[in-house]
Amino acid sequence: MRRWSMRNAEWLYLFYEGLERVMVRLLPLFERLGIERSDRAVEWVESIVKGFLFDSQSCGQCTLGSTGMVCPMNCPKTLRNGPCGGVRANGNCEVKPEMPCVWVMAWEGSQQIPGGVDAIRVVQGAIDTSLRGHSSWLHAARERRDAVVETVRVL
Amino acid sequence: MYFEDEPAPGENLPILPGHVSPGRFERVLRSGVFAVTAEIAPPDSADPHDVYERVKVFDGCVDAINATDGSGANCHMSSVGMCSLLTRCGYSMVMQISGRDRNRIAIQGDVLGASAMGVSNVLCLTGDGVQSGDQPGAKPVFDLDCMSMLSMIRTMRDEARFLSGRKLSHPPEVFLGAAANPFAPPLDFRPLRLAKKVAAGAQFVQTQYCFDIDMLREYMKRVCDMGIHEEVYILPGVGPLASARSANWIRTNVAGVHIPDDIIKRLEGAEDQTAEGVQICIDMIQQIQEIEGLHGVHIMAYRQEDRVPEIVQKTGILADRKPWQPDWSTLAAQAPGPGSAARKRSVASH
Repeated sequence: MRRWSMRNAEWLYLFYEGLERVMVRLLPLFERLGIERSDRAVEWVESIVKGFLFDSQSCGQCTLGSTGMVCPMNCPKTLRNGPCGGVRANGNCEVKPEMPCVWVMAWEGSQQIPGGVDAIRVVQGAIDTSLRGHSSWLHAARERRDAVVETVRVL
Repeated sequence: MYFEDEPAPGENLPILPGHVSPGRFERVLRSGVFAVTAEIAPPDSADPHDVYERVKVFDGCVDAINATDGSGANCHMSSVGMCSLLTRCGYSMVMQISGRDRNRIAIQGDVLGASAMGVSNVLCLTGDGVQSGDQPGAKPVFDLDCMSMLSMIRTMRDEARFLSGRKLSHPPEVFLGAAANPFAPPLDFRPLRLAKKVAAGAQFVQTQYCFDIDMLREYMKRVCDMGIHEEVYILPGVGPLASARSANWIRTNVAGVHIPDDIIKRLEGAEDQTAEGVQICIDMIQQIQEIEGLHGVHIMAYRQEDRVPEIVQKTGILADRKPWQPDWSTLAAQAPGPGSAARKRSVASH
């Protein structure tokens, strides 16, 4: 399934982008219901959908758009910035020899996404492990709305 | 190399304008010479004299020495311990930090502690998986990857604050390094990954063992096209192979080391395979010197450390330059740590 998602990275990415916009629209509703309660419900749906499509590990800070729609948390070293130096000559993982390297797949996937190669070049900072198990859709939607509010305020 | 403002051994140099560290290694690289670094094997011992015995072999032939941090996921004396001991003797040490064994709390503390001890160079690594070492049951940490580690330490140094934002009263003045492997898939992503490391804060890079000069040329061509070689000092890794058998073993068992067939054949065809391994290393260094965008070599002579002076001398890479070395006749009395004789007595009396 992970391989299928990587091959279909382009439309999955576009679908994902659309979904994020919908989430921003729905934010007032979630906030009225209470963020904590919504977070639990959205996270439940999110973990099923993303678990099925991407083997998502629910880190709560999704970077799928920057990693060719391949969840980097499947890397045994949970690397978020690219492949380690231990990748085998056949492109498989150093730690799990039977598994294709997550980052070899991420690099392939990112070349199919519009702007994917630029996105994979951006340095990802240290992960916040306290967000594990929370909805990254809700988190991203709130960040996106706050960014828009901030831009409007500056303008 | 000796500088005009040379301090007493164990004291740091003044930080020059545009420099970030009080270390010798940054001075050497910024002076534009072809630098030589080596890797010291950490002992399975708590005796500082075991460390001094291992370092002496490099005297007068290298500009900086890397102390590995549980390399291959095997237990040895810590990098912070080795670097502290040897920095106090005046050596220019590169402290390696692997993300495998420590989280961000431990790493930030170690960086402050090491800098307080005078360590001026830090190399950030992801680290080998725990499955490859002598403690496969250990919990792999990997809280930070090498890039988030680089940017965290850069923030500590340049903005005098922890990752949390809390202020530091004195920042760690360290020259920041990273590793690179130009020889592992996905090959076309590797130059971009180097660019990312530079963006995250890497100022020098030491690579995995190079046994395939054509692959290195190809990689460096892309690195130079992107202009990265002007932003970071790049030192390819080299080392002597002990025999064809050991080369074959490394090829199948050590993650990320690429040894092409023609190197194995060359070793197999030699009468003295160990001498041929040294010769291959010498040839490699001489070819590396010709490649645009490279600033030195990093010699990892695992279990053949005593061959390093010969390799350096035969390649002629130092030209007429003499790297700094301590005067052991005066240092022996001052070197930190109890005398080994006294130590042996105390162990015997327990």
